[in-house]
Order: sequence, then C-alpha cells, then structure tokens
Amino acid sequence: MAALHFHNVTLGYDRHPAVHHLNGEIAQGALVAVIGPNGAGKSTLLRGIVGILKPLDGSIHLGGLDRRDIAYLPQSAEIDRSFPISVFDFVGTGLWRATSLFGGVGKAAREKILRAIASVGLNGFENRPIGTLSGGQMQRVLFARVLLQDARLIVLDEPFNAIDSKTTADLLALVQRWHGEGRTVLAALHDMEMVRNHFAETLVLARGPVAWGPTAEVLTPENLLVAMRMCEAFDDSAAACAADDISSRAA
Amino acid sequence: MIYDVLIGPFTEFEFMRRALAAVIALALAGAPIGMFLMLRRMSLVGDAMAHAILPGAAVGFLLSGLNLFAMTAGGLIAGFAVAILAGVVARSTGLKEDASLATFYLASLALGVTIVSIKGTNIDLLHVLFGNILAMDDQTLLVVAINATITLLVLAVIYRPLVIESVDPLFLRTVSRAGGPAHLAFLALVVINLVNGFQALGTLLAVGLMILPAGIARFWSHDLTAMICIAVTAAAVSGYAGLVLSFQTRVPSGPAIILVATVIYVVSVLFGRVGGIVRQLFPGRHLEA
Repeated sequence: MAALHFHNVTLGYDRHPAVHHLNGEIAQGALVAVIGPNGAGKSTLLRGIVGILKPLDGSIHLGGLDRRDIAYLPQSAEIDRSFPISVFDFVGTGLWRATSLFGGVGKAAREKILRAIASVGLNGFENRPIGTLSGGQMQRVLFARVLLQDARLIVLDEPFNAIDSKTTADLLALVQRWHGEGRTVLAALHDMEMVRNHFAETLVLARGPVAWGPTAEVLTPENLLVAMRMCEAFDDSAAACAADDISSRAA
Repeated sequence: MIYDVLIGPFTEFEFMRRALAAVIALALAGAPIGMFLMLRRMSLVGDAMAHAILPGAAVGFLLSGLNLFAMTAGGLIAGFAVAILAGVVARSTGLKEDASLATFYLASLALGVTIVSIKGTNIDLLHVLFGNILAMDDQTLLVVAINATITLLVLAVIYRPLVIESVDPLFLRTVSRAGGPAHLAFLALVVINLVNGFQALGTLLAVGLMILPAGIARFWSHDLTAMICIAVTAAAVSGYAGLVLSFQTRVPSGPAIILVATVIYVVSVLFGRVGGIVRQLFPGRHLEA
C-alpha cells in the first residue's frame, strides 16, 4: 500500500513552479532519498508533502495517514535559535499530538522527553537554551523531537548538512532504525555516497522528476547531468505551462 | 520622610491609589505581551498599532467628547480592524507583516489626526496623544482591569502555539492549524493592551510599558518564564516609581512612568547578566566547561 501518492503535482510560489508534474507513489515503509542541485525543488516538494504548501496543480494523497502522523524536520535555518527556549521544552513540542493546547506534561511525558534527548546523545543538555548549541547539537535536538513524534511518515529536509561525521553516523543510525520499524522515511540529501550506501530508493529532482526508482539504477552520471541542466532559472515573464509531462522537456 | 514621599501619596489620595491599581494591571497584562512582541521581532509593530488606534478613539471623541468608554470602544474597533486586515494581507500575500501594517497604520493615523482636528482643541489632542492616568475614574479602572484579565486568560490559551510559532513556525504548521488563529488572537491582545495603555499613557507612549520592560528582561535571563516575571516586575516598579515622581515633581504621569522604565533599561544595558556592557568589558576568568 502506498504511503504517498502524487497525481500530476505542481508545487511552487506565486504561480512559478518549483516542481512540475510529479506522478508516482511511495510505498509504506520505504526509505527514499530526494536528490538534486540547489533550487531543484526538494524542500518545496517536502513542504508540499507535509501540508505547509498547497499544490498549484494536481494533488498529494496521504495513504490513510492523518497530518499528525507526519513528522517533519525542517532545515535549521528556519528555526529562530535566539528564542529563549530550553532543549527540554523544544524537544517536548514533539508531544503536540498528545498535549495540544492544554494537555499537561506529566511524569511519563517528561521521561519520554528525557529518553528522546538521551537517544540522540545529549544527556545533560536538557536545560541549555537552544541558542547555545552547535549546529550538530541542534540537529540532534531536531532528531529527538522527531523521535518523540512517533510518526508513521518522517520527512527530513537536508538533515545532515554541515555536521561532523560522528554526528552524521549517529543520526543516520536513527534513520535506519525508523526504516527498520516500518516507518516511511523521505530525506532531501546532497551526499551521493550516503544515498548510494544507505537509501534503497531515490528520486532525482530538477524542478520535475528526472528519474525515480531503485538507487542503483537511478543514481547514474547521466541522470545527474540531466538534473544539473534542467534546473532552469525563475522567469518572471514565463508563459503559462502547457506541458503535461515533464519527461518530454527532459529529452 | 520616606513614608511621606513613597507611601503617603497613595494612602492620602484616592486618585493615586486608582492610578497605582491601573499601572499594576497594565504591568501584569502588558509586559508579557510586550515580551512576545519583542521575541517575535514585532516591537515596532506594537508602536505602529498604537498609532492605528487613534482614528477609532477620535471617532469616539467626536461622538461623545472626552468619554473614555466611547474612545475605548472606538480604539478597539480601529485597532482590531487594522491588526486583522494587516495580518490577513500578510498571510495571504506573503507581504511581511510590518510592511503590511505600515500601510494600514499610516492611513489610520492620518485619518485619526484629521478627525480630532475637525472638532477638538489642542488640549484634547494632547490628552489623546499622552493620556492622563491620574484622571482615571472607577469605571475606567474597571475597564483596564477587565482588559488585563481577558489578556491573561487568552494568553494562557494561546501560549503554547505562540511559543512554538515564534521559534519554529514550520513545525507548528505541520502539526496544527493553531498558528494562524493564535497569531490573530495575539494581535487582538496587542490592541487590547494598547487601548489599556492609551487610557493611562496616551497613544504615543502606550507601547512603552509593554516594550521597555521586555527589553529590560532580555538583559537578565535566558529563560522565557523568568523573562516574563522580570518584565512584569519592571513594568510595575516603573509604574509605581513614575507615579511617585509625577506626584512629587509635577512631571506628567505618563512620561514619568516611561522615563523611569528607561532608566531601568539603561541600568540593565550596563549591568545586565545577559549581554550587559559591563559584563562584556569585565567578563572575569573563563570557565572550565
């Protein structure tokens, strides 16, 4: 059964598409890497999946999932780290599904939060303001929050950017664990070696799907070259899109 | 002597007791709102909103003279209209909220001054612009207290989404639709507290008892709860000391309150534990970890 079904999806901003005409589906429990050059539409696609961005055209169906069954890890730049909030409280926001507006954080919930923080190797950081953390530590905090969300679909936007190899390995182990637990995981990535070694399925994106399938078949120099070429610039005077199939544009 | 200066005015004069009750109500409700205004980088939005209230208050004045109930109702309507219009335009067009608000508040301010100048005198205009907390009657005090109570209750309801939206708005949008309503409710609370401050401090200074205490708190703590407590205390102390200063020196009460808050702010900038200038100049020996 599909966890996600894309039907001719176009996502973008102010009528300008960042991702054209995406069709296909992602099976439940799949571990999918979304790759492509900067500006290829990876983050836009992920935002569309988690419901932050409405499609300009087409639709995205969540196979029986509620919006709250999705955990989203945004890029660190989206977070205001000057806000005075502790690691404990920040990770605790992952319990929103249980606590919502008024739900209390009881002893059991506190232990869950502490366990999540410990799982990402940040014991002793509970009371630290997030503004005092390094980039790698902040990334661990974001993973701890995803852990706490206990979601069936996990969407990670460039989760390993600008962090050291030890942190990357630790967090990648968490991703593998989620996959082992049968959760569906999508991650926007730039590290081709990591994709090749750890992700079974890959979507090569360049404002539209260039290739999509088993990583070994998709991650070829030819496809990557096509992706580089297709990443056309934003054009203010562009005509209305008449293409039904982006693959014809790729040819 | 100390009793006569610091406590005497409040035991002797009812209008001083009313004014003190009013500034404490303003501090309890306005300071937490100011804290969120500052943390959400909306400090100047608060100032703009203060100006946006003017036409509503002016219409109330035009219809009923210096009747604070009419002016409050008008101020609330104008403030809500501008806040909601600016919020809706910003959220539906992608225009930054401060840019959207700037357009609405400038139009609103121009309209307000035009309305006051049609009927009022310069003294009326001064009253609208600078308020007079010492002239507050029981009914007005009751309005201020009710507004403060509403503020604290609504803030308790929207506190969680407001915090999450401030620090990680994308996350909140993926788990809940509470972000938009919480933001609009927050803007409404800003308006309510500006109208409250408007009674006491006038449109030009109303935002002062919200933003200055928030700025003070930023220099003393990293923790949001502690910051809110510090801001409330700073606002209450400024209110009390400002009233004493005004009583003893005949300085107008609104500016006296804001000047005291400014002095506390300057002391905090110099000696604050978090980023204070003296602490940066003389940081002491570095720590082990």
